[in-house]
Amino acid sequence: MTSAGTPLLEARNCSLRFGGIAALTDVSLRIDKGELVGLIGPNGAGKTSLFNILTGVYRPTDGEVLLEGRPVTGLAPHRINRLGVARTFQNIRLFGSLDVRMNVRTSFIARLRGGLLEVVRRGKKFRSEEREIQEEGRRLLAYFGLEEASILPSRSLPYGDQRRLEIVRALATRPRLLLLDEPAAGMNPTEKEELKQLIARIRAEFGTAILLVEHDMKVVMGICERLVVLDRGSLLATGTPAEVRADPKVIAAYLGEQHGEEES
Amino acid sequence: MFHSSKALIRNPRLALAVGIGIAVLLQLGGGWIDPYTTQVVLFAAINVILAVSLNLVMGETGQFSLCHAAFMAVGAYTSALLTGKALPTLLPHLSWTGSSWASQVFFLPVLLIGGFVAALSGFIVGGPSLRLRGDYLAMVTLGFGEIIRVLLQNANFVGGARGMEGILPATNLFWAVGFAVLTVYTMIALVRSTYGRGFQAVRDDEIAAAAMGIDTTRVKVTAFVIGAFFAGVAGGLYAHAVEFISPEGFNFLRSFEIIVMVILGGLGRPVGVAIAAILITLLNEWLRDLSQYRMVVYALIIILFMILRPAETLRPLLSRVLPGRKSAAS
Repeated sequence: MTSAGTPLLEARNCSLRFGGIAALTDVSLRIDKGELVGLIGPNGAGKTSLFNILTGVYRPTDGEVLLEGRPVTGLAPHRINRLGVARTFQNIRLFGSLDVRMNVRTSFIARLRGGLLEVVRRGKKFRSEEREIQEEGRRLLAYFGLEEASILPSRSLPYGDQRRLEIVRALATRPRLLLLDEPAAGMNPTEKEELKQLIARIRAEFGTAILLVEHDMKVVMGICERLVVLDRGSLLATGTPAEVRADPKVIAAYLGEQHGEEES
Repeated sequence: MFHSSKALIRNPRLALAVGIGIAVLLQLGGGWIDPYTTQVVLFAAINVILAVSLNLVMGETGQFSLCHAAFMAVGAYTSALLTGKALPTLLPHLSWTGSSWASQVFFLPVLLIGGFVAALSGFIVGGPSLRLRGDYLAMVTLGFGEIIRVLLQNANFVGGARGMEGILPATNLFWAVGFAVLTVYTMIALVRSTYGRGFQAVRDDEIAAAAMGIDTTRVKVTAFVIGAFFAGVAGGLYAHAVEFISPEGFNFLRSFEIIVMVILGGLGRPVGVAIAAILITLLNEWLRDLSQYRMVVYALIIILFMILRPAETLRPLLSRVLPGRKSAAS
């Protein structure tokens, strides 16, 4: 609840049920322009389900999703992406047979102007468009330090670089909102530190709002302006990291758990 | 990858000129080629078109299609009806023999119309069914292939199960080789572009592709329709080469043979697939003398091919022979 006006993305009373199982119950969430929001919660709290609703992978059983006030509930994932929401995946989903450059280049397909015939004819329009895309892709890779890897198969990159490439690929679609699904999963402390810097650079350079799902409390507490806590499919708390950390419900459900038994 | 093709890809006019040049040379200077060899070259060229176009669907886009022969049938019957019935009725004063100028001039639009009708049928099957994945898509395409075959068997105006005979022998080396070159060029040009990477993105990870703004259904339908178009053209060439077509010639086994070419050539490698198509055509011819043991030996050779993967063994050798190939860093 930082600022007034139309939020960039808003989920209103979203519920998601698979048969008898309620993955999400009455969850609301708002993200303002340029904001960095952390989404946390124990395993199985519904974080990825909420992500999948926001990106159109699932249609919520109830509730709606608004992008700058426009309803986008249940739109196909590619349409939501074209409206300015890009994402990464918890389990990395790069295009394994394509090299690093080509992975980034796929993000430009939705914006191509030339038709198929133009591609086959290799006309002037095609060539200049390809050059522009190549140039922008190269710039992005250079900015994120992946330029030297550009012709390597994406599969062969070290783990941390694969995560980074996924973020670059998402950014290449020029999103206004970037959803990062556990970007620090499986990273070592150095890589986590680099990730925090990377997120800060994305915000500074592109002004992109970010919704960050993360298990690692150090990463989340350190960089997020606002936290949303989910537990068992429901909203448990929202607020600044300090507020959330002091919230007894959160401590009981989440933070306490780190010292106690692990819930799965 | 064959980098020697790069110069040709960069310059489409050069690529097409070279291809059409070869086709013209074969046609004009090929008088010494005996009819049997001509026939084998025609079959090889037609198989190249079929295999390379199926490769776009199976190899590049990763969609398992079992009805490529059905698209071929649509093109074959459409074009045979045009040259056999429509054209002679509309223009009765012209001479309609295989090598007459009229049949040669009208052969191009006839082939293209055959391709377009096949593409349309590809759109009709692909539109609804490409939302399905893997096994389910295979089932639907298998079903479509059978539907086409049964429909043709029961359509008396195209001869039913007896088929159509006396088709104008308009296919010659120029048309067959020309279209084979055109198809290979189109497929390589298509895939080597930002647009074309979409096919491969869909193959690698459909969910990620959609999340990057790619309309995956549309990409798949596009691949399917383009594949069907070229299969239809190949069907037209085939009908006018063998002069006789019947529904049985376009059954599931025919589709399967094309699939074998694609897998053998290496999914997603147009040049490899074209070579495999030529090799299998030759294999078919060589094994003719074995009569009833033919399919056994054929299967054994295919299995050996799969195990030994000659394409991968030969690649380093080819790189020494072919000019203009550089390391992967280029």
